[in-house]
Amino acid sequence: MVQRLDYLKESPSQTAGPYVHIGTNPNWVEITGVWKDDLGLVLVGPETVGERILVEGRIIDGSGALVRDALVEIWQADAAGLHNSPTETRGTADPAFAGWARQPVSDADGLFRFETIRPGRVPFSGGGLQAPHVTVWIVARGINLGLHTRLYFGDEAEANSVDPLLNRIPDPVRRATLVAPRTERDGMPVFTFDIRLQGDGETVFLDM
Amino acid sequence: MSGAYFQRDRDWHPPALTPGYKTSVLRAPRQALLSMPTTPSEETGPVFGHDVLGPLDNDLIRNFAKDGGEAIGQRIVVYGRVLDENARPVAGALVEFWQANAGGRYRHKKESYLAAIDPNFGGCGRAITDAEGRYAFRTVKPGAYPWPNGVNDWRPAHIHFSVFGHAFAQRLITQMYFEGDPMIWQCPIVKTIPDPAAIERLVAALDRHETIPMDSLAYKFDIVLRGRRSTLFENRMEGN
Ligand SMILES: [Fe+3]
Repeated sequence: MVQRLDYLKESPSQTAGPYVHIGTNPNWVEITGVWKDDLGLVLVGPETVGERILVEGRIIDGSGALVRDALVEIWQADAAGLHNSPTETRGTADPAFAGWARQPVSDADGLFRFETIRPGRVPFSGGGLQAPHVTVWIVARGINLGLHTRLYFGDEAEANSVDPLLNRIPDPVRRATLVAPRTERDGMPVFTFDIRLQGDGETVFLDM
Repeated sequence: MSGAYFQRDRDWHPPALTPGYKTSVLRAPRQALLSMPTTPSEETGPVFGHDVLGPLDNDLIRNFAKDGGEAIGQRIVVYGRVLDENARPVAGALVEFWQANAGGRYRHKKESYLAAIDPNFGGCGRAITDAEGRYAFRTVKPGAYPWPNGVNDWRPAHIHFSVFGHAFAQRLITQMYFEGDPMIWQCPIVKTIPDPAAIERLVAALDRHETIPMDSLAYKFDIVLRGRRSTLFENRMEGN
């Protein structure tokens, strides 16, 4: 016999189910008066430092249908590459930028849309800098364990070309699923990040 | 700097593709996940102060009730701790929960089950863990409900949980079941978890010591989030 390693096991995941928004966005599903505002609706205020951008996309299942019952959360660094988190050890992030937001996917058009800022660069574990990116996490009915992925910016070709995570994806078609193309709307950059759960163009999901 | 988060044991969690739970079939990624070490982007996470909480956020019996009313159903207290895999308490974790009413009906416009809506029950609540990782809330025991999967599939009584730890890598959504419920073992969603020992980790124990006499039964439900590696610093392991 050897000495015991008394680690606990992580609680197993279960699907968020079709009614996740009752718990996360009760006002959005017309359960009003319990608390005032759903958390995570607004990321950017007038004081926030950084370039304003819009991130939007749809979630598409293996049959090509839009997923309309998902919850999308994003987490990202501020314009200087710092996270607004007590576990940030490299400095103090912009107090006017929470860095976290979440949205229910809209019933009408299946869209999620975040008004945010372009994040700065964050170091990789073991050295070097990562290209600017937004961490994305989605849950929905039929998803047994929340899916982690990342949005990279289509207009950051140089940084993307040396990103240690992107460079772990040898297939250019798969790699492209993480890079959101840039367009413009009313003078604001828009990055479109469609998430394909399965099949042609399946998004790269992360085990980290 | 502390180390990376422990690798997730993906044989312990349900796999993505679980045909017994039919909705997973078109929503399960089929390609291998891309493995990567956690970086500061995943080792940090948002924090929620106690100031976001209202006084009734953890009282589902009263937080939606009108004119001093109360939700109908068996009154229960659910309490427990949020720990990490190193068995350390996770303080300041935001725990959100939602559930059907005592008849098994959700308050949601897409919900069509014929059980009655309780006008005094909304079905959502939240709490933030204290320094020892503890949380607690009061509610009514949710009812079992039928759902479209097999021709006659029922969900056991359950409460949904969403948990934020200290890092985005720890983000977790799961469900709590009730000790002694025979419906647990026939449920296609429960059975997405391969190991019965893992399922048991989601079954809250009836705790007769913590019941409130002449008021509420109590169920204890601990939640474990991913742990973090230590780093060797001089002559000791630190960083957690
Ligand atoms: Fe449910």
